[in-house]
Amino acid sequence: MDYDLSKPQKMLQQSVREFCQRQCPLEKVREIMETDTAQDPELWQGIADQGWIGLHLSEDLGGLGLALVDLAVVAEELGRACLPGPFLSTTWAATLISKSGHEAAAKKYLADLCEGSKIATVACFEEESGWAAEEYSTIKANESGDGVLLSGSKQLVGDAAVADIMIVAARGDKGLTLALIETSADGVSIKATPGIDATRKLYEVKFENVPGTVLAIGDDAKRALTESQQVGNVAVCAELVGSMQWMLETTVEYARTRKQFDQIIGSFQAVQHKCADMLLATESSRSAALYAAWALSESTDDADRAVSIAKLFCADSAQKVGGNAVQVHGGIGFTWEHDLHMFYKRNKANEFLFGDSTFHREHVALIAIDAA
Amino acid sequence: MDLNLTPDEQSFRDELRAWLKENVPEEYDGQRGGEDSDGYWQYLRDWQKKLFDGGWAGVSWPTEFGGRGATPIQQSIFLQETIAAGAPEHLGVIGEGLVGPTIIVAGTEEQKAKYLPRILSGEDVWCQGFSEPNAGSDVAALGTKAVLDGDEWVVNGQKIWTSFAQGSDLCFLLVRTDFDVPKHKGITALLVDMKSQGITRKPLRQMSGDSGFNELFFSDMRVPVANQLGPLNQGWKICITALMNERTNLGSSMFTFFDQAVDGLIEHARTRKRNGKLLSECPLKRQKIGQAVADLEVYRLNIARALSRMEKDSTPGPEGSMLKIYWSEMYQRLSQASMEILGDVSQLKDFDGGEWVYRYLRSKGSTIEGGTSEIQRCILAERVLGLPKSY
Repeated sequence: MDYDLSKPQKMLQQSVREFCQRQCPLEKVREIMETDTAQDPELWQGIADQGWIGLHLSEDLGGLGLALVDLAVVAEELGRACLPGPFLSTTWAATLISKSGHEAAAKKYLADLCEGSKIATVACFEEESGWAAEEYSTIKANESGDGVLLSGSKQLVGDAAVADIMIVAARGDKGLTLALIETSADGVSIKATPGIDATRKLYEVKFENVPGTVLAIGDDAKRALTESQQVGNVAVCAELVGSMQWMLETTVEYARTRKQFDQIIGSFQAVQHKCADMLLATESSRSAALYAAWALSESTDDADRAVSIAKLFCADSAQKVGGNAVQVHGGIGFTWEHDLHMFYKRNKANEFLFGDSTFHREHVALIAIDAA
Repeated sequence: MDLNLTPDEQSFRDELRAWLKENVPEEYDGQRGGEDSDGYWQYLRDWQKKLFDGGWAGVSWPTEFGGRGATPIQQSIFLQETIAAGAPEHLGVIGEGLVGPTIIVAGTEEQKAKYLPRILSGEDVWCQGFSEPNAGSDVAALGTKAVLDGDEWVVNGQKIWTSFAQGSDLCFLLVRTDFDVPKHKGITALLVDMKSQGITRKPLRQMSGDSGFNELFFSDMRVPVANQLGPLNQGWKICITALMNERTNLGSSMFTFFDQAVDGLIEHARTRKRNGKLLSECPLKRQKIGQAVADLEVYRLNIARALSRMEKDSTPGPEGSMLKIYWSEMYQRLSQASMEILGDVSQLKDFDGGEWVYRYLRSKGSTIEGGTSEIQRCILAERVLGLPKSY
């Protein structure tokens, strides 16, 4: 049993960290988040050139054929840098295309996504439903020739304004239908709905008889969507861990230098204990996030449970870590000037993405109580 | 990263499982505490002897001292499997986990030959005399005094919170041998026969009603100099190693204990009703169960990660404090949530033999014993995060 990252994984970690420090320091994050789309084409191309988009996809699909632990390694570093832009959206969409088993779509789009020449997202969430695949209903998919025509609206669609293609979870005659559309098609209207996290923009997307290619229907669609969300959650958990790590290091550094009453505040136990709690929460989250990535990669019996546990644990921990970080910083931690709020807000958005803690606690309970 | 057991770890587990299946005795049916405790102690000693004869005593000890040379992961497998198999509690926790490894590091050849085999065979049961009424978290401030008289130490003072003292044969005792130097530098370790003249034991009754701990009083107790462990005034250094071991050991062995509690809880939730509905149908109780399962799983993963690190770095580091905080605070959350889920009847002593009440009360001690949560947090802040010393 070896819980440690392998040598190549440690090298990958190092190169992502250095890339972020060089290409996207926090001043740059601020610049990008002030733009309409939070997408910087040069930065995006840089990430794509490293091969990190779709790195977990097989090589014949344009990926690097790496494991989900490697995806987690990359996502943790991107989270640590609070890197803006459509990495999660595109990773999710690419995973979904690949999981849907639609070879033509995979051939047509995945290589472009991995190379950075196209951006993709998934339109899933609706106001009256949550993240469970069977709940989507607002969008109607009507059959037309060899495809479908989509009508309805979706919320909280990440990076829709910069996406070239979008996969829509819709309801058709044969149940859940995953349809791929071009965002430039007639009948697509995209409206910015600014959220708490300015580094990743959210949109409301309306569809009016938009033609789409069907990727999967019914049980196949449900399985593909669920599995893509699990992969998404692996990345989100790793991002949360990276964010917590940044908060921990930044806060400890502050506690080591800031003086009050002529003393380093880190010598006060009230402050020390908050920092120790941050360490415990961050490290425990890392244990959970890495295990979820590994279990899902290996398709272990408990992979589904492992992902839900990681998500609820990382999300709840990020709240505690973020709260302590602001509190230990005192007044400066509450300002726009300090970088903390960017991480604090990103964590909140990530907390909701692919199901919040209440959703996943129920799922864990379901497995424990009803499925045994 | 590969979390599958290696072939070695797997065969270790399989061999152990097979052995346990044949050898775990029936559960003890008599009274465990109070006046009839002798029978229970004999039952535990018999189990230790069985482990010893089967080659399963001291799994983590080096083979040259009669152990099995098990890796930290194998040791953890041993602790989890024995509890899962319903084996009796481990009599040798202190002797095997604490005293033996310390003697191996710091003892003379005579001491090794005299004490080590008898620890493994269960002939000698050890207790640990560290804490005092005025030396709790600040255990280095201990004041039990030893003065040299010829070739004997003469000991006077008091120890408290001595676990297993009621049935133990020997005591790993820390005494003050120099009052004129900084407190850490005047402590010496002694190996004391519990039948020595001048020792009085008094059981301490805990809020849970049982007496797992004792007070020890020493009045002119004489200990041969040959029973001094390690150099004069080096007792603190020696016992730091021992305490590090204590934390790591406690971590793994507790997992199965909690796991069984959560299983029991879920079983009740599936079958018991409240207001005409199954407990498991209440969304709030489901949330609490989901949280308990998640908490426990992350604990399992934290242990696995710490063990994996120990395999490479060999010595347990201050990260052990993380595990200690995690399990002791989880124990309290779990006990609290259990009674909330089970509801009013869970307070009754006849409900599951009072086990939920016991956990609820006993867990209050866990954030205190073996270093309080506050001390553990200070250790993390200083030794891991590099913040200034605060005390």
